[in-house]
Amino acid sequence: MQVPAPFEYERATSVDGAIGLLERLGDTAKLVAGGHSLLPMMKLRLANFEYLIDINDLHGDLGYITFTAEEVRIGAMTRHREIAESAELLAVFPIFADAEQVIADPVVRNRGTIGGSLCQADPAEDLSAVCTTLGASCVIRGSGGERVVPMAEFHRGPYETAVGTTEMLTEVRFPIRPYAGSAYEKVERRAGDWAVAAAGAAVWLSSEPRGSRGRTDSENDGHDVVLADARVGLAAVGPNTVEIPSISAALRGQTPSEELYARAGELAAQNCHPVTDPRGSADYKRHLADELTRRALRRAVQRATDQVRS
Amino acid sequence: MTTVAEPQTARETAFVDNDLHPVGHGRMLRKEDPRFVRGRGHYLDDVQLPGMLHLAILRSPLAHARITSIDITAAQAHPKVKLVVTGAMLAEKNLAWMPTLSNDVQAVLATDKVRFQGQEVAFVVAEDRYAARDALELIDVTYEELRPVIDARHALDPDAPVIRDDLKDKKDNHIFDWETGDKDATEKVFAAADVVVTQDMAYPRVHPAPMETCGAVADFDSVNGKLTLYSTTQAPHAHRTLYAIVAGLPEHKIRVISPDIGGGFGNKVPIYPGYVCAIVASLLTDKPVKWMEDRSENLTSTSFARDYVMHGEIAATKDGKILAIRTHVLADHGAFNGQAAPVKYPAGFFGVFCGSYDLEAAYAHQTAVYTNKAPGGVAYACSFRITEAVYLVERMVDCLAFELGVDPVELRRKNLLRPEQFPYTTKTGWVYDSGDYVATLDEALRIAGYDELRREQAAKRERGELMGIGISTFTEAVGAGPRKDMDILGLGMNDGCELRIHPTGKATVRLSVQTQGQGHETTFAQIVGEELGIPPADIEVVHGDTDQTPFGLGTYGSRSTPVSGAAAALVARKIRDKARIIASGMLEVSVADLEWDKGSFRVAGDPGKAVTIQEIAMRAHGAGDLPEGLEGGLDAEVCYNPSNLTYPNGAYICVVDVDPGTGKVTVRRFIAVDDCGTRINPMIIEGQVHGGLADGIGMALMEMISFDEDGNCLSGSLMDYLLPTALEVPAFETGFTVTPSPHHPIGAKGVGESATVGSPPAVVNAVIDALRPYGVRHADMPLTPSRVWEAMQGTVQPPI
Ligand SMILES: Cc1cc2nc3c(=O)[nH]c(=O)nc-3n(C[C@H](O)[C@H](O)[C@H](O)COP(=O)(O)OP(=O)(O)OC[C@H]3O[C@@H](n4cnc5c(N)ncnc54)[C@H](O)[C@@H]3O)c2cc1C
Repeated sequence: MQVPAPFEYERATSVDGAIGLLERLGDTAKLVAGGHSLLPMMKLRLANFEYLIDINDLHGDLGYITFTAEEVRIGAMTRHREIAESAELLAVFPIFADAEQVIADPVVRNRGTIGGSLCQADPAEDLSAVCTTLGASCVIRGSGGERVVPMAEFHRGPYETAVGTTEMLTEVRFPIRPYAGSAYEKVERRAGDWAVAAAGAAVWLSSEPRGSRGRTDSENDGHDVVLADARVGLAAVGPNTVEIPSISAALRGQTPSEELYARAGELAAQNCHPVTDPRGSADYKRHLADELTRRALRRAVQRATDQVRS
Repeated sequence: MTTVAEPQTARETAFVDNDLHPVGHGRMLRKEDPRFVRGRGHYLDDVQLPGMLHLAILRSPLAHARITSIDITAAQAHPKVKLVVTGAMLAEKNLAWMPTLSNDVQAVLATDKVRFQGQEVAFVVAEDRYAARDALELIDVTYEELRPVIDARHALDPDAPVIRDDLKDKKDNHIFDWETGDKDATEKVFAAADVVVTQDMAYPRVHPAPMETCGAVADFDSVNGKLTLYSTTQAPHAHRTLYAIVAGLPEHKIRVISPDIGGGFGNKVPIYPGYVCAIVASLLTDKPVKWMEDRSENLTSTSFARDYVMHGEIAATKDGKILAIRTHVLADHGAFNGQAAPVKYPAGFFGVFCGSYDLEAAYAHQTAVYTNKAPGGVAYACSFRITEAVYLVERMVDCLAFELGVDPVELRRKNLLRPEQFPYTTKTGWVYDSGDYVATLDEALRIAGYDELRREQAAKRERGELMGIGISTFTEAVGAGPRKDMDILGLGMNDGCELRIHPTGKATVRLSVQTQGQGHETTFAQIVGEELGIPPADIEVVHGDTDQTPFGLGTYGSRSTPVSGAAAALVARKIRDKARIIASGMLEVSVADLEWDKGSFRVAGDPGKAVTIQEIAMRAHGAGDLPEGLEGGLDAEVCYNPSNLTYPNGAYICVVDVDPGTGKVTVRRFIAVDDCGTRINPMIIEGQVHGGLADGIGMALMEMISFDEDGNCLSGSLMDYLLPTALEVPAFETGFTVTPSPHHPIGAKGVGESATVGSPPAVVNAVIDALRPYGVRHADMPLTPSRVWEAMQGTVQPPI
């Protein structure tokens, strides 16, 4: 049994209470949500804190998935399992279903939270890659109020975030746009392992009358398929999960095709910064950025097309 | 063969109806399982003694460094700390170094240098486990860093730092050179051969990673001078003798108890510094002391396995008759030569690399070296290096098939030994007892539907899909061993067995071997049950306690059934012989007129007249007369010395699919046909095979203890050292052939490691076969997606 160094333990009963404790204890304290990233590090004594502030009692306040016409809001304490089991969420963003199936194992998914996933800022974090792909924004609360930070600014390097020592993440917001499709592709060495590399893709089609532009997709009930927008997010090929804007630029307004996916894959490979480690060589990870980008786009477009048809 | 009916209720599981069970060999539920599945097992960490203290070990953060100072004052001042001990303090008691199983020495606590990351430097004993662990951080050690040797390929470089400067006059990192076979004869065959194929291959360092880590509770009683040591050991008797020799404690005052063991796989064969520290701590504090290592300690400091860099050569005629095999091996033994193998076999049983084939010549040369990595070797279900030997020969045969452009099954069929060639002496001197290798292969092909698989593969290749079929036809050598050839530190590799038949006809059998999950409590009851006709439920199997069992060398190398199983059968026969004499008195006929009918003696020609073994047992202990000159009681004891090893064999077929875009391998099917001679409990055999196949798939695809160039171990947790899960293994398809061992009393050959030994080459052969369109002939394990993809690009490097 691996045992952490001694620490004091507090249970927060409200978000303000948690923030108050953080203000009082400063950087000697750490929030613990599901604990599945924090506790292993503490047991290995890679991380030692004087105080742990347990925020699991805030699940009642911060464990939710709500929908408006423009947005999905997920509370920071929402657990992997709740995400994986929300039919409504998976219908809007099927990428969550793909990702949750390959995150860790049921034991971890029962406790681990989306807030912990994002705040851990592990470069191989799958939910971070999903949020990156979907262009999410993060609601950070401190005693002075809330601020909203886009994903692109949330991660500040490996294991570093925009959340200050006296703040906490409370919510993640995802914009909803019509005719969307999304997908996630991950290669791992073994079930439950962290990604060797992974790619998420989200696409939004514009459904225009036949013949107005581009090629006609015969499967598409007379609609031309054009990408109104597209985003690709990569995991484990750089210091943080990243979105590749040049891919969006290359895909926007184009008709989906294998050649287009190949172009996107090429851009992914060019714009990532993998390193060699026991999970795989840098060359291989670069190749995966390409291959998985293509696969994710292909599947995302297929899903979006299915949606347009129905 | 009796099948097992599903128990209906919890009550039935606990009080199983004997009628569901065979009296003797056959499928039956394991007697030990109710306690395991109900959480009633008693593992090392379950041992709680009054006043027990807890020990934690400070380990080296560096792979190679000189210790310049150790300051323990802050740790000693911790309010819950009772004792802090360094290497220098052990040296005063002459206990800083201990012998290894290979006649080397190993530091219990480092005195001069640390020689691998994770090496034991000091220990703390405290009131609880947390305090002991916290106090480690209060010990201040200063090191002067030295250049480490990590890659065995550079261990003998002229400028390599000398790791073992503790050894007198040691000027390099060389441990030994060893050879087997006929070098000149092999050279002649190679020179004249039509085809010679050479291939470098590495068998990476892997770890047994048992679910239960290693630990000990030492309890020294200063009044009567007796040491009771609970420890995670696969060899309690051998350990007791070694403690007596090393620590100078009288052997009769040492009791080693091996409680339920959560997996061994060879990891629990050696004596670790932690055990010795616990003993020293109990002697010094006069209190029971527990040491239980954590997962990282287990992975980074205890006995690893493999770590062989091999160069293989195979010679053949152009029509595919294999003539000779030659190999050079570089063996990495880590910082201390802690290999567990019979003394005369420094390379273990690697000499069986001739495999299942009829060769004209064979030769192997091996060089073993020290590196700044954890010590050990051999451990991990390998039958003393046969895993490496089988991997070499089965890969070489596939490389030959590749070059000749022939089907690997047909190449094997042409060269497999024939039944009439047994007993067969290999070109390296091993005498295979029996086998029908072609029959075993044919059974595997039948189950697999081999021809259909090849047709499917051809169709898939047309479509650009990658599917591979891998074969391994291996020969194991287990049951060490004959005392004329085999000993460990001077202890003969024989095993005793005691059997007592109680007055009511129930029995207690006491074994020198120890179960770590193999099912001894069931198998041995079945062996005795078969010989005496007593239901296995009426036979209690006692093991793992030196005060309660006869001497023997323990369980590893698949030796329990071949050695101790023979002892159990023979001791039962001894009892049956005595029972026959008693029966002749009871039935008033001569011994010659009695017939044995599994559980009773009957008068020949008068089947109504009979006495059961239970009636005989009561008479043996009862008040009535016994035949002239016969002692009362019905107990016996034997010590079995095998005349030869036993040689199980198998034919394995693995079917994989490889994703051409990612290199990810999926094992779709695995067909394992084993011939382990007489099958005692087929369910237990299947369980052993399933576990071994999972092991083999793990090694082939993901397992490796790796290091960075500074000697930092990169595999110190189960997030980094990957073990396969149910999702990585297919539903196994097992089959069998039965060729009994001619010299074993019941013809059983042992099966514990067959699957671990035989499966890795089948998986690798399958992956390489899948990569055929890319012209790949070889790629080293572990075949992770990255390494497979690199093989497809032609850039894959050997693992380090
Ligand atoms: C065996 C295993 C395998 C895993 N495999 C994967 C995998 O394949 N893919 C993957 O993506 N993840 C994997 N994980 C990680 C898992 O998803 C974690 O649950 C997740 O990363 C962290 O969530 P948590 O709630 O457990 O966070 P915690 O461990 O509780 O916290 C993580 C960090 O976030 C901080 N934090 C938590 N909540 C907040 C908040 N609301 N505001 C500010 N800071 C906060 C904590 O202080 C801490 O620094 C694995 C974990 C394990 C144990």
